[in-house]
Amino acid sequence: MELLCPAGNLTALRAAVDNGADTVYIGFRDATNARHFPGLNFTPEQAARGVEHAHQRGVRVLVAVNSYVQAGGWAQWQRSIDEAARIGADAVIVADLGLLEYTAEQWPDLGLHLSVQASATTPEALDFYKRCYGVSRAVLPRVLSIQQVEALAGDTDVELEVFGFGSLCVMAEGRCLLSSYATGESPNTVGACSPAWAVQWQETPQGREARLGGLLIDRFAPDEPAGYPTICKGRYDVEGALEHAFESPTSLETAELLPRLKRAGIHAVKIEGRQRSPAYVGKVTRIWRQLIDRIPEAEGDYTPDPAQVAALREFSEGATTTLGPYERNWQ
Amino acid sequence: MKIAIGPILYHWPAADIRRFYDGLRGRVDTFYLGETVCGRRRELRPEEWIGLGRELAEEGHEVVLSTLSLVEARSEASVVRRLCDNGELRVEANDFTAVSELERRGLPFVAGPTLNLYSGRALRAMQRAGAVRWVPPMELPGDSLRGVLGELTELGGEAMETEVFAYGRQPLAFSARCFSARHYDRPKDDCGFVCGHHPEGLPVTTRAGEPFLVINGIQTQSWGCANLLPAIPDMQQMGVSAVRLSPRPGAMDQVVAAFRSAIAGEPATLHEPEPGQQCDGYWWGEAGHTRKAPEPGMAEADR
Repeated sequence: MELLCPAGNLTALRAAVDNGADTVYIGFRDATNARHFPGLNFTPEQAARGVEHAHQRGVRVLVAVNSYVQAGGWAQWQRSIDEAARIGADAVIVADLGLLEYTAEQWPDLGLHLSVQASATTPEALDFYKRCYGVSRAVLPRVLSIQQVEALAGDTDVELEVFGFGSLCVMAEGRCLLSSYATGESPNTVGACSPAWAVQWQETPQGREARLGGLLIDRFAPDEPAGYPTICKGRYDVEGALEHAFESPTSLETAELLPRLKRAGIHAVKIEGRQRSPAYVGKVTRIWRQLIDRIPEAEGDYTPDPAQVAALREFSEGATTTLGPYERNWQ
Repeated sequence: MKIAIGPILYHWPAADIRRFYDGLRGRVDTFYLGETVCGRRRELRPEEWIGLGRELAEEGHEVVLSTLSLVEARSEASVVRRLCDNGELRVEANDFTAVSELERRGLPFVAGPTLNLYSGRALRAMQRAGAVRWVPPMELPGDSLRGVLGELTELGGEAMETEVFAYGRQPLAFSARCFSARHYDRPKDDCGFVCGHHPEGLPVTTRAGEPFLVINGIQTQSWGCANLLPAIPDMQQMGVSAVRLSPRPGAMDQVVAAFRSAIAGEPATLHEPEPGQQCDGYWWGEAGHTRKAPEPGMAEADR
């Protein structure tokens, strides 16, 4: 099973490569990828150097061009595909139909992966993307239970990639407009969820308040850890009860599912976190390399190394982890 | 410009569903029928939706069967297939399970608002797959819509019917998790259909007391009710062929009447829901929850 690691800059890319990633995924420094944040991502020159560094060590590089082409923006998105091909990326990760069509026609030798932003969940949907555009791999959105993932893997000949660790999108990727409802910008349009310019922190007598687009997302007590204010992790009033109405701050962690995922024929496990530091990427990559290398062949009870799981928890939002949608009870 | 009634997004009892459509018979052009939010909701089985569709079609309405927006289980995919195989009524594809089935059968279809078509090229690709009408994403601004339609023409795509979501609480997000069940501390698989307690969703309010969102099972909606009456002249100018009015439990007759007037170029106002609950930010390229029209709910002709 392939270990696919994130890189938000060259240092992080080297950290992933040096700590055992099979493949690294990156994005260009603009709205053409779904993690468009200030100070993050690669210029084409940096990306070329990253590809060179990775390829010298037998590691593959994927380029995410996975936001949706906006009206009037074709040249920009097309350029990202062309640059990815020119720098020798092994594949591009795409969601937009126009870009899928273009890549298939213009760069037939460039690997074409379906981004999680396309939110394809069934053999029928996967078959459409393969039939029409020759997509060879799809990243599954975080909406299926482990049983559903296993069933899907048995019903499709498209390679599947699943999220193994990192921040948890509660909403189906590419189907969430909460960010633009509050700010006017979303992952689909400009590649950003909760854009930094729309975030506002304020100390008040009631506590530290986090606003997004002027809307109060949460209020934290003085000693309470406060995460980045995304709408789905905020606290709200629902019928008089104050609650994390969508999800509390927590991270996805699926080490215990690795044997099942491998037996199901899942091709790659993806670590989320292009916005994370190089140190984080290096440490998490190293742990996951070991976890993947030690997956038992035989069926039966399996408990991942508790020390490694504990180490992963240290890197998790709110220091808590969840199996998320893989576990039916979470749903 | 036609008036279409979008699919009912809430969990209403079968009798209420039938009453809702009875109240609008003969007053609108198009009905979209079917469950698009949750595969567990089965107040009407696929055969019953098709049967109701047949009745409404015989009365002269255009009827479109809408499919589920997030398909997870095999059983859900088979319902999608059943609708695609109905043999007479057009289908609205709300995810690529349906797109795939319809494309493979060579059937013309409506591309729903969750298919993420933001550019002329994406729209042309969907047209090649068989789409003859599309509903732009909720967040697409009016200016961008004009741009997309222009790009489609430049690319040599055939003209395509465009239907804009012009009224109702806007679907914003879909999740594996049922937030209604979660609020009531029930497992999704034994939800007791608690979403049915809230015929217009469960309001989510910020800690500052601002009404913000609405929970509707696995779907999250805007609390603000879209009202694009003031944009009707703009839409007509750019060739939009229909407005979609999204069902609410009451007052839909007033809503239909107001849009009918605006389309005819007559003065029209809408105070349902009250103007403070209306929004139109997406259309003007701003945050969706905001309201730009100076006189909310009022058509341009009236100002």
